[in-house]
Amino acid sequence: MSFIVKLVAQRMALGILLLFAVSVLIFAGTQILPGDIAQAILGQSATPESLANLREQLGLNDPAYIRYFHWLGGVLTGDLGTAMSSGQDIATSIKGRLWNTLFLAFWAAVVAVPLAIILGLIAVRYRNGWVDKLISGLALASTSFPEFFIGYVLVYFFAVKWQIFPGISTVYDGMPFGERIQAIALPATALTLVVLAHMMRMTRAAILNVMQSAYVETAELKGLSAFNVIRKHAFPNAIAPIINVVMLNLAYLIVGVVVVEVIFVYPGMGQYLVDHVTKRDVPVVQAVGLIFAAVYISLNIIADIAAIVANPRLRHPK
Amino acid sequence: MADTLLDVRDLKIEATVYPPGEHPRKITIVDGVSLTLEKGRVLGLIGESGAGKSTIGLSSMAFGRGGVRITGGRVILNGRDILKAGRNGIRKLRGREVCYVAQSAAAAFNPAQRLMDQVVEAALKHGVANRAEAEKRAKALFRKLSLPDPDNIGKRYPHQVSGGQLQRVMTAMALCSEPDLIVFDEPTTALDVTTQIDVLAAIKDAIRDTGVAALYITHDLAVVAQVADDIVVLRHGKMVEKGTTYEIIKEPKQAYTQALVSVHHIGHEEKQPTTKPVLSVKNVTAGYGHGIVKVLKNVSVDIHPGQTLAVVGESGSGKSTLARAITGLLPPLQGEVIFEGRKLSNRLSERTKDDLRQLQMIYQMADVAMNPRQTVGTIIGRPLEFYFGMRGKQRDARVAELLDKIEMGKGFIDRYPAELSGGQKQRVCIARSLAAKPKLIVCDEVTSALDPLVAHGILELLLELQKEENVAYLFITHDLATVKSIADSIAVMYRGEVVRYGARTKVLTPPFDDYTDLLLSSVPEMEIGWLEKAIASARWRVRETNAVGWTRTRNSRFRPH
Repeated sequence: MSFIVKLVAQRMALGILLLFAVSVLIFAGTQILPGDIAQAILGQSATPESLANLREQLGLNDPAYIRYFHWLGGVLTGDLGTAMSSGQDIATSIKGRLWNTLFLAFWAAVVAVPLAIILGLIAVRYRNGWVDKLISGLALASTSFPEFFIGYVLVYFFAVKWQIFPGISTVYDGMPFGERIQAIALPATALTLVVLAHMMRMTRAAILNVMQSAYVETAELKGLSAFNVIRKHAFPNAIAPIINVVMLNLAYLIVGVVVVEVIFVYPGMGQYLVDHVTKRDVPVVQAVGLIFAAVYISLNIIADIAAIVANPRLRHPK
Repeated sequence: MADTLLDVRDLKIEATVYPPGEHPRKITIVDGVSLTLEKGRVLGLIGESGAGKSTIGLSSMAFGRGGVRITGGRVILNGRDILKAGRNGIRKLRGREVCYVAQSAAAAFNPAQRLMDQVVEAALKHGVANRAEAEKRAKALFRKLSLPDPDNIGKRYPHQVSGGQLQRVMTAMALCSEPDLIVFDEPTTALDVTTQIDVLAAIKDAIRDTGVAALYITHDLAVVAQVADDIVVLRHGKMVEKGTTYEIIKEPKQAYTQALVSVHHIGHEEKQPTTKPVLSVKNVTAGYGHGIVKVLKNVSVDIHPGQTLAVVGESGSGKSTLARAITGLLPPLQGEVIFEGRKLSNRLSERTKDDLRQLQMIYQMADVAMNPRQTVGTIIGRPLEFYFGMRGKQRDARVAELLDKIEMGKGFIDRYPAELSGGQKQRVCIARSLAAKPKLIVCDEVTSALDPLVAHGILELLLELQKEENVAYLFITHDLATVKSIADSIAVMYRGEVVRYGARTKVLTPPFDDYTDLLLSSVPEMEIGWLEKAIASARWRVRETNAVGWTRTRNSRFRPH
């Protein structure tokens, strides 16, 4: 068991190291962007004196590494800086939006992950038959359409024609849970359709790979039904690659929702990022980038650890 | 016949193959085989690979591997044709009336489940017993099969028990649902010879005590002679001969059976050691994980020019690690490798191109040792280019010459490995190693994956080439019959140490040390009743050997005190 603890600790340490490396990259990336923040704030008509004052005030004259540590120190103490465009505290504005994004991603995942795995299992059970082809075909089609297309189609039918769900996903603080769910129904559906195929195809491929093994033959020769062979003997041994692809898609649900949030005017991180990219609000872009990186890295660490724990050889050493 | 359990009539089985670049075509795997098996009897199915023995065995469970289809004939089990049973009928019979014991138990157990769950699964599924009864029965079977700690071994995962133990657990799994018939598909082939004898005895006892009938599939006539009442000899999907075990072993009628039965002796004169060995291994200690696990302990052997040193031992004894240390793939922790009087660099990367040329290697798995997308000509020509800079016509001429040497001919130059038989693939690997004109070839279990008659051909070829090229062989094997026929000197390895070493006759002549004795006495002989005698003498030996520091239990191997 201590072996696993060590492995897990190693992965976590690596993840933290990676996050620091990413923070350097994000900081460096925003530094080499052309243009000057002071200029951007004051506009073309600024006088050289006011520019110099502002630079001094923002600490822009310090060397880059000092500014980096300054920024990093802030981040570590929960101070993400101030948005230049609005003058608001970034951490405060992000909090509510991050929560909204996680809420949407969570419900999309709750639908998409089990659905993808069950569809994958069914596809394996009827492999190469019409059921398999139908599932794969529909899943691939849903992935091939861009998110905005799916989004607008959903809006057209469910919001405009049948008026079941709202076309604009407005949420506010203190909104009742039921209404909230209703509000995010359409964007969650769009996200589900986008990530479904990848997870389902991977589940199918991973299980099919295991289906070649001798122990699956043993199970068949015990007279188990095809579904029990897959569920009891194939699936548990295909779990590691499935976890990996699921985590990758969860990360996409959180990080990649930009387009969907914009379509449904959903007050999440994606929309916040897009708004501030257009305004060239560097501190906000840095903060959001760092949060996205943290989400991505931690989900991948979880996937790694889950894959390790799923391996009976590591869980039960000799 | 009232007590007929299995009656296979005129069975025809086909498979669709997809040769590269050609249209898929049907091939016949089993062609009109008929056999019967009475309750409580053991029928041996024997033949080389491709004889259709596994396919026939699985047909008694109405199962076809891959694209295999049963196209004709009848399989009557307990009085009804199971080929007409329908999907549900077949599912009710598998794991209930007929159970299967696979060749590699290590692969045939689900790595993610505890053994007990897998052992009782079929019995629970078919409602033979409830969980508590089934576990009780499983534990009784573990005890009967001499598994250690029978009450708790079921709690372990497959990777936590040894190969020989897994094979016995698999037998318990087959017996747990009290079937009428068990199909044993080469159950001891993947085991070491010293483990095989224990498993074989356990299986034989279990069959006798439970009264189950069995189809025992193997390529090893000596093994099947120990367990079967009757034997069917198969070749290319057709039945060659059938009879009682005594008739097949003692009075075979068909030429093919006679060839299988007659032990092939290769007349190889033992050569005397020369004064100057071509390669000396001096006090080599090697291991993995920065020396935490020492796999070789202070090993010293000499290989003389143009002679064969056979290194023999069971899996885990360090044979292949010795080869890796010699070739530089695993730098030794201590000791040195002397080639023609000078020390070779421990590391592969520090050896000169000529050092590399002088030491060549042939592997057990010929198919994975060749690039499947290269032709035979390219494969053999590569060392010619690399070591001698040969190109064009000169190279092609030498490739053709080498192909002649391995008795294949230049017609094979443009063929791909996938088009060759197992024996031909190994011959190409031999030619590739010869192309470098080496002084020493390390042969790592080169005949282990081949059928006996094909392996025999390869050994004869190797000896012939040794005479022509004066090349020395380091011949790694677990097969003592091979050792007896080709070695000039022998090193017996056990747990990383050389326990007996010297000229062939000296090593194979008593008095033996205990391990060599066990090794030699564990090789099945083609003689009815050999198994009982061997086990009895092993039991007798326990008392004798305790005094000298070795002990033998039925469950484990020799253990130093």
